[in-house]
Amino acid sequence: MLTIKDLDVWFGHPPERVDAVRGASFVVARGESFGLVGESGSGKSTILRAVTGLIDTWSGRIEVAGQPVTGRHRSRAFHKTVQMVFQDPYASLHPRHSVDRVLSETLHLQGMDRIDQRIATLLDSVGLGRGFRFRYPHQLSGGQRQRVAIARALAAEPQLLLLDEPTSALDVSVQAEILNLLADLRRDRGLTYVMVSHDLAVVAHMCDRLAVMRGGEIVEEMTAAALRQGAARSDYARDLLAASRGYAAG
Amino acid sequence: MTETTRAWLLSDAPQTRRQARMGALYQGWLTFRANKLAMLGLVILLALLFVAGFAPWLSPQNPFAQNLADRLQPPSAAHWLGTDALGRDILSRLIHGSRITLFIVGTVALVAPVIGLFVGTVAGFAGGWVDQVLMRTTDIFLAFPKLILALAFVAALGPGIGNAVLALAVTSWPPYARLARAETLTIRNADYIAAARLQGAGPLRLLIGHIWPLCVSSLIVRVALDMAGIILSAAGLGFLGLGAQPPMPEWGAMISDGRTYILDFWWVAAMPGLAIFIVSLAFNLLGDGLRDVLDPKGGAE
Repeated sequence: MLTIKDLDVWFGHPPERVDAVRGASFVVARGESFGLVGESGSGKSTILRAVTGLIDTWSGRIEVAGQPVTGRHRSRAFHKTVQMVFQDPYASLHPRHSVDRVLSETLHLQGMDRIDQRIATLLDSVGLGRGFRFRYPHQLSGGQRQRVAIARALAAEPQLLLLDEPTSALDVSVQAEILNLLADLRRDRGLTYVMVSHDLAVVAHMCDRLAVMRGGEIVEEMTAAALRQGAARSDYARDLLAASRGYAAG
Repeated sequence: MTETTRAWLLSDAPQTRRQARMGALYQGWLTFRANKLAMLGLVILLALLFVAGFAPWLSPQNPFAQNLADRLQPPSAAHWLGTDALGRDILSRLIHGSRITLFIVGTVALVAPVIGLFVGTVAGFAGGWVDQVLMRTTDIFLAFPKLILALAFVAALGPGIGNAVLALAVTSWPPYARLARAETLTIRNADYIAAARLQGAGPLRLLIGHIWPLCVSSLIVRVALDMAGIILSAAGLGFLGLGAQPPMPEWGAMISDGRTYILDFWWVAAMPGLAIFIVSLAFNLLGDGLRDVLDPKGGAE
C-alpha cells in the first residue's frame, strides 16, 4: 500500500539546512497497521507530511498503491486514497466552519453525491449524533473535535489513513475512546494505518509492526509482539523500551 | 423576544444550517450588547443614519439660504446652533452635511479594506516573488504620509468631494494589506489549511473560503477604529479647500469657514467640530465593541 525507499527530507538551504529524515525505508502492506515511534524531533511526522505533499523538499521514492508520487503535487486519485488525521484537534478544524460546512465541503471536493445523507452516515460512524452537525468547533470538546477530524478523513472513503499522534493532545480516558474508534473503523472498512506516536503502549495496542526512529533515521523495525516481549535488537530501542516501562511503572 | 425563540437561538444542538447561523449571530449580539459604551456608539451611528436619511425633513431651514442681515448670530431659539458668516443656519448645514460624511465614510470603508484584504492575503498566501512585489508596492505607499499622498492625488485629479474620497481610499489601504498579510501568514500553515489541501482544495478556494473569513473580522474592527481618522482626513482635505467645494455643507469645510472668526464667533467652527468629534468617538466605541465580538482569538474560543 505504501512503499518508502531511501527517503531524505530536509528543511532550509545550506548552510542552515536541517536533515529531518535520512535514508528511511519501509513497506506497509494493504490492511496492515504500521507504527512509527521515536522521541520528539526524530522525523516521524515529517515522513507523513512528505507523503502527503505538505513538504516538498524530499528525495527518494514514495509509492502509494503502486503509484509513485513526486514533489508537492498530488493527483485527485491520491486524495481519494490517502487521508490524514492531525495531532492537535484544536488546530485542525477551521474555527469559523461548522461541522456541516467542513464535511460538506470535503465531500464536494471529493466529488461525492448525496452529500446530506453521507454527512449523517459519517457522523454516525464516528460516534457523533446528528445534533453535532451544525456546531462550531468551539462548541465541541477535544475528543469530539478529533472525531470530526476522523470523519473528515473518512469522507473520501480512503484506503490509507495517516495518523499523526491522533491522541496525544487528548485526556487519557478520551484517548482510549478515540483509539477504540480507530481500531473499529479499521476492522470495519479494511483500512491501512500508518500511525505516528511517541507512546509505545499506544503503538503496541494499535499496530502490527513498527519502526523505531531516532535523529531522522530508522534504527529498527520490529513486530508489535516483539515490542510487547521487550525483544529489541538495537541499543536505542532497548533504552526506549526500558524508559517507557520505567515511566509506566513509576 | 419570547422564551422559545431565545432557546431556539441558544440551542447547543442546532437542527438546521439557518438555526446555527442565527444562533451564532445572536451570541455575537449578546456579547456586543454587554458592552455599554459600544452600544452608545451604535446608537449614535444609528441616529446619524436616521438624520442623514431624513435630512430634508429634519433640517429647520434651507442649508444654502443666505441671510446677510442675520450673519454670525449666536445660538438662539431661531437658530439653535447659530448662523455662519453668510447667515446660513448651522444646524441645517450640519444635518445635510451628515449625508456627505456618511458618503465619505461609506465609500472609503468599502474600497480601502477590500483592496487591502485582496493584496494582503494574496501576498501572504502566495509568498515568493508575488509577496515581494505586492508588499514592496505597499511599502512605497506607506512611505508617504497619508494626507500628503492624498493631497497629491487630489491635486492631480482636481478638487472635489468625489476625488477626495478616492484619494483617501487609495491612500488608506496599505495598513489593511499589512494586517491581512500578517493574519494570513499565521493561518496559512495551520493544520486545517493542510487538511483542506489534502482534500484537493485549490488555492482560490483556500483563499476565499478559508483565509478570508478569518481575516475579515480583524479588518472590520480595524476599519471601525480607523473611521474617525478617515472623517478627520476628509475634514482636513475640506479644510484645505481640496475636498468639498462651497457651498456644500461638508463638516471640515465648515470648520475651515469658521476659522476666521474663531475668537469672536466660536460656534461657527465649534459646532461642526463637535459633530466630527461625536461621530468619530462613536465609531471608535463601536470598533471596540466589534473587537470583542469578532476577534477569532477572543474569549468565545
